[in-house]
Amino acid sequence: MAQGAANKKKNAVSTFFEALGKGFKEIGVTFTEGDFKTKLSFIILGLGPILRGQILIGVTLLLCEVLFIYFMTGFGWQYLSKLSTLGTVATKKVGRKTVYGDNSFLILLFGVLCIFAILAFIAIWYINVKENRKEELRLREGKKLPTNGEVFHSLFDKNFHKTLLAIPVTGIFVFTVLPIVFMILVAFTNYDKNHQSPTNLFTWVGLENFKNLVSFTGAGIGPTFLQVLAWTLVWALFATFTNYFLGMAVAMLINKKGIKFKKLWRTILVLTIAVPQFVSLLYVMKMFANDGLINGYLIKWGIIDSYIPFWTDPMLARITIIVVNIWIGIPYMMLIATGLLMNIPEDLYESARIDGANPWQMFRSITLPYMLFVTGPFLLTQFTGNLNNFNVIYLLTQGKPQSVNLAEKAGNTDLLITWLYKMTVNDTNYRMAAVIGIMVFIVTAVISLVVYNMLPSVKDEEGFQ
Amino acid sequence: MKSYKTKRAVGNILGYILLILISIIWLFPFVGLVLQSFRSYATEYGGMVDYLVPKAFSLDNYKFLFDTSQTNYLLWYKNTIVIALFVSLFQTLMQLCVSYALSRMRFTGRTFLMRFWLILGMFPGFLTMICLYFLLKQFGLTQAGAIPGLILVSVASSGMGYYVCKGYFDTIPKALDEAAMIDGATRARIFFTMVIPMSKPIIIYTALVAFMAPWCDYVFASYVAFGHDTSYNVAVGMTRWVWTNDYQGYFTRFCAGGVLVAIPVTLLFMFLQKYYVEGVTGGAVKG
Repeated sequence: MAQGAANKKKNAVSTFFEALGKGFKEIGVTFTEGDFKTKLSFIILGLGPILRGQILIGVTLLLCEVLFIYFMTGFGWQYLSKLSTLGTVATKKVGRKTVYGDNSFLILLFGVLCIFAILAFIAIWYINVKENRKEELRLREGKKLPTNGEVFHSLFDKNFHKTLLAIPVTGIFVFTVLPIVFMILVAFTNYDKNHQSPTNLFTWVGLENFKNLVSFTGAGIGPTFLQVLAWTLVWALFATFTNYFLGMAVAMLINKKGIKFKKLWRTILVLTIAVPQFVSLLYVMKMFANDGLINGYLIKWGIIDSYIPFWTDPMLARITIIVVNIWIGIPYMMLIATGLLMNIPEDLYESARIDGANPWQMFRSITLPYMLFVTGPFLLTQFTGNLNNFNVIYLLTQGKPQSVNLAEKAGNTDLLITWLYKMTVNDTNYRMAAVIGIMVFIVTAVISLVVYNMLPSVKDEEGFQ
Repeated sequence: MKSYKTKRAVGNILGYILLILISIIWLFPFVGLVLQSFRSYATEYGGMVDYLVPKAFSLDNYKFLFDTSQTNYLLWYKNTIVIALFVSLFQTLMQLCVSYALSRMRFTGRTFLMRFWLILGMFPGFLTMICLYFLLKQFGLTQAGAIPGLILVSVASSGMGYYVCKGYFDTIPKALDEAAMIDGATRARIFFTMVIPMSKPIIIYTALVAFMAPWCDYVFASYVAFGHDTSYNVAVGMTRWVWTNDYQGYFTRFCAGGVLVAIPVTLLFMFLQKYYVEGVTGGAVKG
């Protein structure tokens, strides 16, 4: 098995290099065999297509080149050239005037953008080479090239995906890919509250932040990181499975024969999905507060003498969060389970009943295996979603109660994600926030990958069919 | 036979008791919210109290919300509606486009794109908050321009959430497309005149989910609109009431504001519940 995987990996690597080699060979062949139009196109993009009458393709390619050169000379180069140092000229005060120096933030951001622009340009250049080759071969075979009208028309037919995906892909690139690459790079700098641009410069520090994360001595935040990580995992585990099983139980209860007003019960539960969470969770938070409704009534009725510290005792706060999360999560699972439970053929239960099975046995050997099989991927996404469940934690406790034993102002109920948020917003400790973000990614990715490959529905797609 | 019947009756009674208990627990916070919102501000102030039913009912808190000289609540409300409508519209369009391309067309880079987006989705969203903030700032879309900025950010990356919609498209038989293509219809025509009309449930689901999200958006909204009261949405504005101004008696005002937010959203949700259930169930099974 392991060897198989290794072979597969080797194959992937070798196919990659084969493809790369083939690409280079094609470029070479295109150049040597090409006519002057093709050869000129190597420098002036799109010239070949324009001369062959493919105005639409040619002009687009040429426009890309012009834009690229304009971008790099007019804007990009000043940032790209400083990327290795992130700026050297500090902002100074001359008399009463502030003379701004280099802005490390913008240098890093636009430097990354430039690198992407260069990569994109290389890709466009390669497309240009391939286009020339394709046209030449077609003409040599005596075939006609498609007219401009046909090329345009294909954008709504054969190439409709290019039209559809153009805006989404650009949007995701600018607002997701670029920021993520930027933040990953921030993890290797000393960008924090003492190095805020534009007043101060920040610079590359290599792996220092990661060393800080796993250092258990002195000012290292290793112990805090481990505790927050452990609570994050425990929380996700509890939040996912309590909701899963209790939600299923409630769904079965409502589905039960002989229970009337099914729709009413469901509607009552679904209210927690419908009402915006910041309203319901903030109210529940106040309900459980030390001077809140619950403590108030319990004291009034003489059940307790002094208030129960729902949010201020670390252990109790964690339990309360999980309980409140059940309140939030059951309806969601109930909706999903209701539909799925009805899909289980009734005759399975019928024959089990004839064989003398009791309800618990039927649940164990019919309902549960079916549900686990069908909802495996859903459980996984729920789990990873709970790892990053910001709303519940932040609206209920904001990560409190604080602890003196934890570094970087982490609280006892902080998840990695709320901790990251606090570092960013309250402390402007961007470098450590970036490191934590990368850790969240690693945890999510590893768990997803491992669990996904263990899922029965992935291993055996045909089961239960 | 008789014992079976009684057993079943007992089971049902237990079931009802359980359901009634559950209903009480589930409804309690909402009942509390509504009752507190009617508490008289003049006689009992607006802070936290240890009783549920107010001693005197009044509309003080609601009057406060509508008094533009004292609070920007109405403005926040308007901001949120604007954001929700635009996000809902454009996000649905984006997801339909992406879903159709990925479900129906086969092109080089398709699987790469899907895997790449899956991996991107594993990065926590808040990681990129500062970067997005400064990006928006370059275009003047923070503080005063926070509303269009928030819409832009929510819409721009929404193509990645195509899973449920694509799953639905996958269930529409491909034979229909092929038949239409033989009749000379282009891909674009198939998309607009065939697939979209057939996808009403999933369009409603996507639009509904997209519409509801901005009502809860506290994190990024508070960051982008920081310090600029008129650019807040209801979540940002009212959360601040609860966290910072409790002692001034903003608690009952928060309750009243919460009721006003919850009513339209809840009604809309209940009205379209059927589609929501269809969407989440389909999404859960396909993963």
